[in-house]
Amino acid sequence: MFNAVYRSIGGVGRRVREGVWTLGYAARFFVAVLLRSGDLLRRPGLVLRELYYVGVLSVIIILVSSLFVGMVLGLQGYETLKIYGSDSALGVLVALSLTRELGPVVAALLFASRAGTAITAEVGLMKTTEQLSAMEMMAVDPVARVVAPRFWAGVISMPLLAAMFSAAGIFGGYLVGVVLIGLDDGTFWSQMQAAVEWHHDVLNGIIKSAVFGVAVSVIALFEGFDAQPTAEGVALATTRTVVVSSLAILGLDFVLTAFMFKG
Amino acid sequence: MVTDGNNLSDEYLVEIEGLHFAYGGRVVLKGINLRARRGQVVAIMGASGGGKTTLLRLIGGQLKPTAGRVRVAGKLVNELKRRDLYRLRRRMGMLFQFGALFTDMSVFDNVAFQLREHTDLPADMIRDLVLMKLNAVGLRGAAHLMPAELSGGMARRAALARAIALDPELMMYDEPFTGLDPISLGVAGNLIRKLTDTLGMTSLVVTHDVKESFAICDYVYIMANGVIAAEGRPEDIDKSDLPFVRQFVRGEIDGPVPFHLPAPDYAQALGLEQPHV
Repeated sequence: MFNAVYRSIGGVGRRVREGVWTLGYAARFFVAVLLRSGDLLRRPGLVLRELYYVGVLSVIIILVSSLFVGMVLGLQGYETLKIYGSDSALGVLVALSLTRELGPVVAALLFASRAGTAITAEVGLMKTTEQLSAMEMMAVDPVARVVAPRFWAGVISMPLLAAMFSAAGIFGGYLVGVVLIGLDDGTFWSQMQAAVEWHHDVLNGIIKSAVFGVAVSVIALFEGFDAQPTAEGVALATTRTVVVSSLAILGLDFVLTAFMFKG
Repeated sequence: MVTDGNNLSDEYLVEIEGLHFAYGGRVVLKGINLRARRGQVVAIMGASGGGKTTLLRLIGGQLKPTAGRVRVAGKLVNELKRRDLYRLRRRMGMLFQFGALFTDMSVFDNVAFQLREHTDLPADMIRDLVLMKLNAVGLRGAAHLMPAELSGGMARRAALARAIALDPELMMYDEPFTGLDPISLGVAGNLIRKLTDTLGMTSLVVTHDVKESFAICDYVYIMANGVIAAEGRPEDIDKSDLPFVRQFVRGEIDGPVPFHLPAPDYAQALGLEQPHV
């Protein structure tokens, strides 16, 4: 009995210690990525190539998802606002919901699922097939050559994708509110224009998405870099990317929202 | 201090003294002493899982020894700073067991990789150099192919062309003969010998393929239980009376290396006999 309790406490302690160790390793990894990014100024083509794979290839899923999110927001918002006779404020509701919250958060969740998993699997497989080791032996730093371009591509892509998400979402809300339900076109846009502030709403949304971009990119790259070099190891790392990124996005969103919109 | 005035370094490109290494608590190397004379092909042989690949990674500076020294071209690899280590690695080449070609690049781009990363040569000169290296391994006609389109033997030859792109002084081969058909086997052995001689390299070949490696190497080290069990010229090793060496070289089933891993009593495991009390 005593032994079982002793073992379980030891197990918890070991897990905590491993967690702290991994967190420290990830922090060192992040610092190393920043320190070894200088070479990219000389070779921007490396980032541009990754921008295509990480950003451009995510555009379709972002646009399609946001269109549906905006349309659902339009339908639900109209039904609720109608009760209070404020259906003319539908444009404001859709725009504020998207620029402040849904745009950055849902775009980041989709980004983690599409681009984050792709990055983890690619880097993990490069490790498994000794491509990273080969690069090291050729005196080329894998962190500078493989990790840093993907990191900056993720950081640059994320705010742009979030902006696209918000824009397409607002268009979805417009389709439902104005084209389908028949709200006044001018009221929809003018109320939105009057209520949405550049700094308070749009800029804060962009800052949020940039922070999410940093978080998702680091998590995806770290998981790939740290993956066990086996098929199962890469699969586990890819799963962890989605789980950890999603939790990080939602946790960071709460913290950022508390600071940005505390009144 | 990472260099010393040891004049042996002029004669030997690689010198390893009292090398110990452990993965966590598992001790892999227990005091390896090894030297590779310049211009020679040196084979490092031993049973699978005996730490041969680990030894190559220690020479390349990818792992740090727990004790001992690794000296390449007079520089103590295990004490070099990152920048100096990378500078030294430009003088080394390594062929990985399965090639480790970059799968998102064509064969041409794989071979051009180091030239683009480390030199400012114009594109047409890089093209000529790449074609020369590919020609040396007989794959000039595969320059446009992607790694997924190559057979195992071709992938290893393409990786060899990539590894020699900068004409390294030291070339390390990790199991270059594994899984090759007889023709590819002969081609690989012949290439290692020919490239070593024509480019003036020193080659370290980690392998357990006795016949092929004895045909091309100048000196052999045989590893067992984390130490060098025997060393000498291939013909001397072939005649050795040491039990492990005899078993290894002749591929005998009975000998110091047991066929069975330690396990509980077989009859007991099958439930045919009660455990002894």
